[in-house]
Formats: sequence, C-alpha cells, structure tokens
Amino acid sequence: MSKLILSLDGKTLKEYPLDKERILIGRKPGNDIQIDNVAVSGEHAVVITILNDSFLEDMGSTNGTKVNGNAVKKCFLQKSDVIEIGKYKLTYIREDAPRPAPDFDKTVMVRPAAPPPRPAMPAPAAIPAMLPSSVSIQSDAPPEKTLPPPQIRQGMAAIQLLTGPSAGRELDLVKNLTTLGKPGVQVAVITRRPQGYFITHVDGAKPPALNGRVLDLQPHPLRDHDIVELLGIKMEFFLK
Amino acid sequence: MDLSQVLEIASQSDAGRVRSHNEDSIACDPAMGLVVLADGMGGYNAGEVASGIAVTLISSGMKEVLKRIDPARKDAKNGERFGSRMLRDQVIAANSAIFNAAQSKPEYAGMGTTLVAALFYDDRVSVAHLGDSRMYRLRGEQLDLLTHDHSFLQEQLDRGVLTPEEARVSKHKNIVTRALGVEQDVEVEVGSFDILPEDIYLLCSDGLNDMLEDEEIRFAVHTLRSNLKLAANQLVELANDNGGRDNISVILVKVKQGFAVQPGLISKLMTSFRK
Repeated sequence: MSKLILSLDGKTLKEYPLDKERILIGRKPGNDIQIDNVAVSGEHAVVITILNDSFLEDMGSTNGTKVNGNAVKKCFLQKSDVIEIGKYKLTYIREDAPRPAPDFDKTVMVRPAAPPPRPAMPAPAAIPAMLPSSVSIQSDAPPEKTLPPPQIRQGMAAIQLLTGPSAGRELDLVKNLTTLGKPGVQVAVITRRPQGYFITHVDGAKPPALNGRVLDLQPHPLRDHDIVELLGIKMEFFLK
Repeated sequence: MDLSQVLEIASQSDAGRVRSHNEDSIACDPAMGLVVLADGMGGYNAGEVASGIAVTLISSGMKEVLKRIDPARKDAKNGERFGSRMLRDQVIAANSAIFNAAQSKPEYAGMGTTLVAALFYDDRVSVAHLGDSRMYRLRGEQLDLLTHDHSFLQEQLDRGVLTPEEARVSKHKNIVTRALGVEQDVEVEVGSFDILPEDIYLLCSDGLNDMLEDEEIRFAVHTLRSNLKLAANQLVELANDNGGRDNISVILVKVKQGFAVQPGLISKLMTSFRK
C-alpha cells in the first residue's frame, strides 16, 4: 500500500498509509492528516487513491500546495514526489500492491501428432529444436504467464535460551521450518508463515509447553516474549 | 500380505487459495500397499468426475487382482514383476472407463486426469504415471524425482529448447502431453524401484511442485519425517502460503521396515536339494 510520510525540516513526523479513497489534509481536526499550523488552511488538500494510483488536489487553500517545488491544483502523484504544504513536506511512497494472481488455467492436455522422441542423452541447451507441429490445446483459454511465487515478508524473530547450560544463546528463526529438541524424546517445530510464527509438537511422548501450557497437536501462534519449555529448558520467543 | 504394519501413510488434499473446488482425488490403502493420486481436468465438474473414476476404479481393480495374483512374481518372458503389470492393466482399464463416460455424456466431453499410482510389495515399489503428477523419494537427506512428467514443458527441457530457469517461468506449465481418459488408447509409464527402510515416498499433484522448489519440499519432508501427518499438512500450507494457485494433494508413504517376501516352502526345498 502506498503512503505519505510527513516531515518538517528533514525530521520525519509520521507515516500515513493511503488506505482509503480520500485522505484529507488540513489544519482543522477531522482531517486524516492534521497539520496544526497557521500556514495551513482548515481544509487544505485531498489525496484521492484509486487502486494503485493517487491524485493530489488542492482544495482552494490560501497558501497553495506545491509538488516538487511547483504550485499545483491537481496532480497525479508519482514515486517519491514531495508535496509541500507550508513548511511541511509529505513524501509520496508508492508501493505497488502485489499483482493479482494470474488466472491459472486448469491443467490441459495437448496431443502431439506423434510422440516426440526423448533423447537418450540430454541435448545441449543451445541446439534449437522444432516444436511439435500439430499441437492443439484442449482448453477455451490459453494459460496465463506464470509469476514467481510472492516473496513472504516476515519480520525477523529469534529464540533465546533462558535456562540450561547454553542459557543466553540466541537462535535466529531464518527458515520456514526450524525444529527444536531431541529426536525421539521431544521435538517441536516453529513454522514461519505470512501470518506469523507458529509452534507445533512433532515427536516424543511428552509435548513441549507454551507459557506453561502443554501443547496439543495443533499449531499455536507465537507472540512476542512467549515462553517455550522443551527438554526442561525454558526459552523465549521474541520478534526482532 | 498385509503391509499396514510396515507402511505409514499420511495424505492431504486441498482446493488451494484460488480454485473454488478440488478436482484432485486420492486414495490410500496401507494393507494393500497402494496409493493413488489423480488431478482431474475438464469443464464444470468433469475434472472431479475423471479423477474420481480413476482413483476408485484403480483401487477396487487392484484389490480384486491382488486376491488372485502375487505381485512379487516375475513374468517368465521379460522378467517384469506382476506388480508393475497389474498396475498398468488397471490404469488401462480406468482409461477406457473414463473415455467411454466422456463419450456418453456431453457434460463430460473432453474430461481427463493425470495420475500417479504406486504399489508396494516385496521390498519394491512399482509406480505408474501419466501427465504431471509426480512421485519423489526421500532417502537419507536426498530427494529424488522418480517420475518423468509427461508435459509440454518437460519435453522442451528434454530437447534442450528450454533451460530449467526458463522452464520455471514458462507459461506452458500446465499443459500435459499424456493423460488418462482423453484418448481410446493410452501409453502408461511404469517404473519399479527397490525400497529401503526409512525411505519416504511423496506423491503429489502439480499444485505442490509448481508452488515449491524441490529443496523446500525436501527440507520440509526431511525435517518433519518423524511426524508424517504434520509433514503432509506442512507441505500443503507452504504451497498455499506461496500462492496456492491450484489444487494441492500430497500422499506420504514411509517404509518403517523391509517387507521382502519370505521364500516359499517349495523354493526352500529346491535350494536344499541343490546343496
């Protein structure tokens, strides 16, 4: 989601996500971005956001609105544009929403005229080859281009041992799956997912405990400063 | 021979994040040592119908034939195990059934399904497949793909038209060149492999391996190998977290111990006579 960053004299004051269609900027309370300064009109300007695009409109303010140093009435905002209202600056940070998943068509089948020979040895990559000449796709729509899977953005987290011989040691949770414990005795796994971190009992007769409660077979969300007890050792989960 | 003591099986099938319904079908029978996974295709609900017929017919057909024939026996002529042959026969029978159903009802016209089916017997596994449903094997820390996709993309890879990097972003990912029920005749690919205790076999639809790198699959199965149900669940979650653009089905089969057929009384006698 795109956002505006309010600053004064190079000092960042606040970030405002452009999370609704109209974001009002002005001096009076009731504005989404309230700037309490005499140079700012009560209702000074508005940022209208439609899908990924944002527009700035001056609402007839006394002292006007500038974008990148030029006075504007109405302006299509582009990446890193700086809006000036009095001495205040609002930097427009454009963040493209993830593109909608392509409409993956269902698996379809083609019938080459004859089964293509499979070379005994992998052919060198540089040799061009003809595609089967009579390929018919049994589908009403051709499949769309595939996008690489979206990157999972997740704040970093770690486990710190609180008791036991290695007390104080920290373990960064850098993988999607991190197992803790001793195989056959007591094993838990911490999974990193887009919606957060989860702990699940994997193996062993006695499940580990989370904040003093023994885990059942379901994944449990981990919150900052949760305490896990495994193999008699207490450890703390924390977000970095 | 009842294999439910030596095989541990866990499975999960999920519609994914994008599709409204699940056209994959799976069946697992630990006693028979049979697992079947099919990814249906075709308009409306025809995909589900095709994958459902495939899984049901192959399971029931195998059950019947296993009552009469020992899969460990070898064909005297070509040395092929009966396990491989019966799997092929059942797949061919299912092909005819789906093809005929597709011909008889207009709403089923053009339906078909990919398939991967594995039969465990006598320290071996036979695997039959069509299309882009796969079987992997985790042995130790290594994951190997035991099936070779019948897909447009794989053919291009085989001929060196595409590099694996190009293949990853190709738009032809979902075009298969062989499937069950689409034509009157079908050429089934059947492979046969030795098993070892602690091996884990993974059968999956392309909804898994299109969303995850092989290394991610390997890491998840290896890390969670002591809890197969959790591993299956985790694979589906990972595929969904990466987009879940297709139905996702996984079957995991762990070999707890070997299951070689004990030599029969007659062959024991024969051996002792020869001494």
